[in-house]
Amino acid sequence: MSNQMVKGNTAVIIGAMYAGCDCFFGYPITPASEILHEASKYFPMVGRNFVQAESEEASINMVYGASGTGHRVMTASSGPGISLMQEGFTYLAGAQLPAVIVDIMRAGPGLGNIGPEQGDYNQIVKGGGHGNYKNIVLAPNSVQEMCDLTMKAFELADKWRNPVVVLADGTLGQMAEPLVFPTEAVEPEIDESWAVRGNKETMGNLITSIYNDFDELEDFNYELQEKYAKIDAEEVIFEEYNTEDADIILVSYGISSRIARSAVDKSRANGLKVGLLRPITLSPFPTEKVKELADRGVSFISVEMSNGQLLQDVQFAALRKEDTHLVNRMGGNLIELKHVLAKIYEIAGFEDENLDTSKRSSEKASPNIID
Amino acid sequence: MKIEDLKNNDDYELQIRRNPQSLLEEYPRKGTNIKSTHYCAGCGHGIIHKLIAECMDELGIQERCVMISPVGCSVYAYFYFNCGNYQTAHGRAPAVATGISRAEDNAIVMSYQGDGDLASIGLNETLQAANRGEKIAVFFVNNTVYGMTGGQMAPTTLIGEKTVTCQTGRDPDYSGHPTHMCELINTLKAPVFIERVSLANPLKIRLAKYAIKQALTVQKEGKGYSFVEILSPCPTNLKQDVASAQKFIEEQMEKEFPVKNFRNNLYKKDPVQRPASDFSKESLDKIFNVKRDEGSGYVDEDIEPVSIKVSGFGGQGVLSAGLTIAQAACAEGKHVSWYPSYGPEQRGGKSNCSVVISNETIGTPVVDEMDILIALNKPSLEQFSQDVKEGGTILYDSHIGEFTTDRNVKVIPMPCVDIAEEHGNARTANTALLGALTELTNVLKAESYENAIKEMFASKPKVIDVNIDVLHAGAKWIKDNS
Repeated sequence: MSNQMVKGNTAVIIGAMYAGCDCFFGYPITPASEILHEASKYFPMVGRNFVQAESEEASINMVYGASGTGHRVMTASSGPGISLMQEGFTYLAGAQLPAVIVDIMRAGPGLGNIGPEQGDYNQIVKGGGHGNYKNIVLAPNSVQEMCDLTMKAFELADKWRNPVVVLADGTLGQMAEPLVFPTEAVEPEIDESWAVRGNKETMGNLITSIYNDFDELEDFNYELQEKYAKIDAEEVIFEEYNTEDADIILVSYGISSRIARSAVDKSRANGLKVGLLRPITLSPFPTEKVKELADRGVSFISVEMSNGQLLQDVQFAALRKEDTHLVNRMGGNLIELKHVLAKIYEIAGFEDENLDTSKRSSEKASPNIID
Repeated sequence: MKIEDLKNNDDYELQIRRNPQSLLEEYPRKGTNIKSTHYCAGCGHGIIHKLIAECMDELGIQERCVMISPVGCSVYAYFYFNCGNYQTAHGRAPAVATGISRAEDNAIVMSYQGDGDLASIGLNETLQAANRGEKIAVFFVNNTVYGMTGGQMAPTTLIGEKTVTCQTGRDPDYSGHPTHMCELINTLKAPVFIERVSLANPLKIRLAKYAIKQALTVQKEGKGYSFVEILSPCPTNLKQDVASAQKFIEEQMEKEFPVKNFRNNLYKKDPVQRPASDFSKESLDKIFNVKRDEGSGYVDEDIEPVSIKVSGFGGQGVLSAGLTIAQAACAEGKHVSWYPSYGPEQRGGKSNCSVVISNETIGTPVVDEMDILIALNKPSLEQFSQDVKEGGTILYDSHIGEFTTDRNVKVIPMPCVDIAEEHGNARTANTALLGALTELTNVLKAESYENAIKEMFASKPKVIDVNIDVLHAGAKWIKDNS
């Protein structure tokens, strides 16, 4: 087999390069630095561009510059660096530029630590910069998807001329799994109808987000909202696992969804009707699917490594708060299977005397270097 | 030709007054009054725009040019320049310029910035782009004041100069001294061309044009970074008329900011040429070592899922032993996950990894309960032995000492360090344990471990043979002792 054991962070770069990404700009931050390392190694091998920027603000603005030329471009960072990039996100959205940003989430707020968390959900999914814009957000849950969804991110970015974020966490970045390599390599075509390349064909084009006239800016805002409505209608992706007859639905993305999947298997072995809804696009969110399940009367459990940020979207989509529950960990701790099971059993009224949730797992996810 | 003759020429007036080709004749992007600019009367921007555009014409580079408008009064420079245009965030123009220049090697990228944008909020981007020697021309318009936001103190405001945020004059004890950008940039090695010019009078304006032309020639020839600082009037915010604006530049600004060339390596520097990007699948397959003829995907077979934890100190080869198992499983087309976990120390702390091998999609990659625990030190043996499933196996380095449990778990102390030392390389103790694993579970084929070792040590071929010998010795030891 030509499958290769690959780390999640490396898979991002493999996906990016087969997707025809031409420029990588980045600044070191644990636990996303490996993406930077791999880009610095592989991009120059095929004559593509790599720059280690002076800051995350510079990275995202280099992305803005290179993206405006119509090339496929990207950066990667983690929470504190992503916060710094928010200026760039809103300018990219405002200038309708395609770009791919990978966020390998770590624990916050502030400097926090470098353990895995999913606390960047709101700043990424809701759009953490100023103005009425949104990112498209993809949430991989395996090394294979770190590669495949990075490729998909470039496709969506070009299609909608909008920033696309691949939202993963430190665990997915560090773990290794077999990777089936992309079957094709994309040789992207540059759309000269809007790009500015420093040539005769694109001389008349302008990359900007400024609209001095209030009505013009309002019209542009409406235009953006129409675009987002189309994205909502066309691009929702989710995975269902044993949801058909389920009374209890776990909603979970990223690494948490892997643990949720194990919880479904264990519960099913005990005869409980439990299923998993895994949003693969967090923006657009699978609102209709959640509503459909809610109308069936299921109990929801949001399984997330954050303070109920995903739960809020589940409640919003379900149009109810009742019978929606939260199982979460924060601070760099992974969700533990037993905690998910305990909540399922509590809702289902099931007794398992072997389940001991008193002890915290001694498992820690990654090195504790502060930087 | 005599003046009298020219006056009779119908085109004479047009010839003098028309814009260079690189400036638009009308400014439709402006929306209203498309024949006039948005700049105040007496502002220096109009002069500088025209000088840059004349140079673009004269050098024949208009089509290659990309102009970056910053935040500040020149936020609308794109109303006027007849070339590709960008508008960017405050202070970020040099980073944006870097992005454009790296993506389009042939583009001539100009970053047009004021003193607040370039020397205050964008100082880092300015110096870093200069230090990298980016192929960009930076035009720095220094008028000692924030214009667009209403006349606040700028980094270049002179000592004693009054602005709306230093109403009794700039006091260095409270707000520092004027920033000298040419001098700062001149401390860096990479820049090719650095010059400060002035718009104080027509002669100086002609000299300014010469510097701008040099800066753009550097770009035309792809030689690197050029920087031109232009001392420019802002009569509106500094409340000056024509005469006092000229006087202010000549008598005060030029005193603080000497007008001169700081560096001109136009003729010494070689062009920087960047390679073309290669998007071919063949090249990517080569750098990632993808073997298309071997097929890919997963093999459908009936196996019991196995979970293994390898644990010990960092530096004992714990993570690589786990990765070798995972690599072997991967090569057989099995589903497998490898998940590392470290202590707080970079070296020498506790470290372990979880490996799950299965015939189907793996749920959690974190192993809370394991079938097999491989322990290379005492703390991890004590920490994880309770997590081994009933009927599971604990395999550990016998140097740790005796370990017993009353649970239904097979406990195997193994002299893995001795076996490794017998082969002359104590660092292969982890491989001896892997050898034992080949006998303890038949989930993977023995040769898969061998191939995995070859793969793992591909960059250190010298140690492949000894590791394979130790692998066999470990397997033999288990056979002989069970």
